Amino acid sequence: MGKLHDYLISRAKEGILSCSAEAEAASEFAVSFKDIEIAALEAEIVPSRYLRNRNTLSYTDQIVLLKSHVAIVGCGGLGGYIIEGLARLGIGKMTVIDPDSFEEHNLNRQILCTMDVLGKPKVEAARARIKTVNPAVEVAAIRDAFSQDNGRRMLMDVQVVLDGLDNIPVRIQLGEVCSALGIPLIHGSIGGWYGQITTQMPGQHTILEIYQNHSGDEGIEKALGNPAFSPALIASLQAAEACKVLIGTGNCLSRRMLFFNMLDMEMEILEL
Amino acid sequence: MQVYTSYSMPITIKLFASLRKDRFDEDTRVYTSGITGRRIVQDIGIPEKEIRLVFVNGRHASLEDLLADGDTLALFPPIGGG
Repeated sequence: MGKLHDYLISRAKEGILSCSAEAEAASEFAVSFKDIEIAALEAEIVPSRYLRNRNTLSYTDQIVLLKSHVAIVGCGGLGGYIIEGLARLGIGKMTVIDPDSFEEHNLNRQILCTMDVLGKPKVEAARARIKTVNPAVEVAAIRDAFSQDNGRRMLMDVQVVLDGLDNIPVRIQLGEVCSALGIPLIHGSIGGWYGQITTQMPGQHTILEIYQNHSGDEGIEKALGNPAFSPALIASLQAAEACKVLIGTGNCLSRRMLFFNMLDMEMEILEL
Repeated sequence: MQVYTSYSMPITIKLFASLRKDRFDEDTRVYTSGITGRRIVQDIGIPEKEIRLVFVNGRHASLEDLLADGDTLALFPPIGGG
């Protein structure tokens, strides 16, 4: 990689590598955008797309994120915004999982749902969006429903899982599979003006504990629905949690639940 | 033989999200010692299936737990959408 290193040094301006220089390097050296970006950051050159991450994320942090693999289970309201945030953050690989295609009633809140993708698989819209936002992100799209039976295979080599599911029984299965595999799980759920988020670390059974013995598949969202802003808020918090867990900074919501009430603008953090 | 005497004690009840509708956000009521969260929920008239998470003084608890003088009982509904 000596030649690539020299090339990047020669193309960087004041320690910054433009998107067009990245594209030229990728073509010239037949390597991925991700590898170009990692090589640049190792030489303390920042790809211009990450310039505004500076001082919040170090070069090392950005490299860790580029070498990370996360899974997003559910690509609807929460999942769409999570994918958007993590693609811009520079997560190196995303496995996106969802069996469904877009329907008109998704248009009120799901950022990946636009008129032109109605009837199309959600995971394909996710893949297309990620590639448009950040070509450094590798995408594995799985058009299938997550379950206890196939979950282990779906989450192979994944470092963090983000919960974008829309029903409680599958969430419990996801929680238990993540626990068995020792993968941190960032849980989020929404209903009407309200949302909650917690992080289940390896060895914990938080999701099981908060939902066990629940009768039925749904919660208050069955009656209240979900407006545009609820998934945007909770998904952003989930993306922040995933970022922190991956780079090992700050305090995550392990054994704590954060509740948001957007109707009265109240926030509560409670110990689980 | 130990003699137990019952006494009155204030309990603060906090309702969250949709549980507030047609009820209250927060209320302090006086109950007799030995009361559980379940009895208070019955007293307020919330169907138990509408409650998912119970916290006493900010810590995860059960409706079966006995409450103590001055405790705060917080009740949350199930939230499962995505």
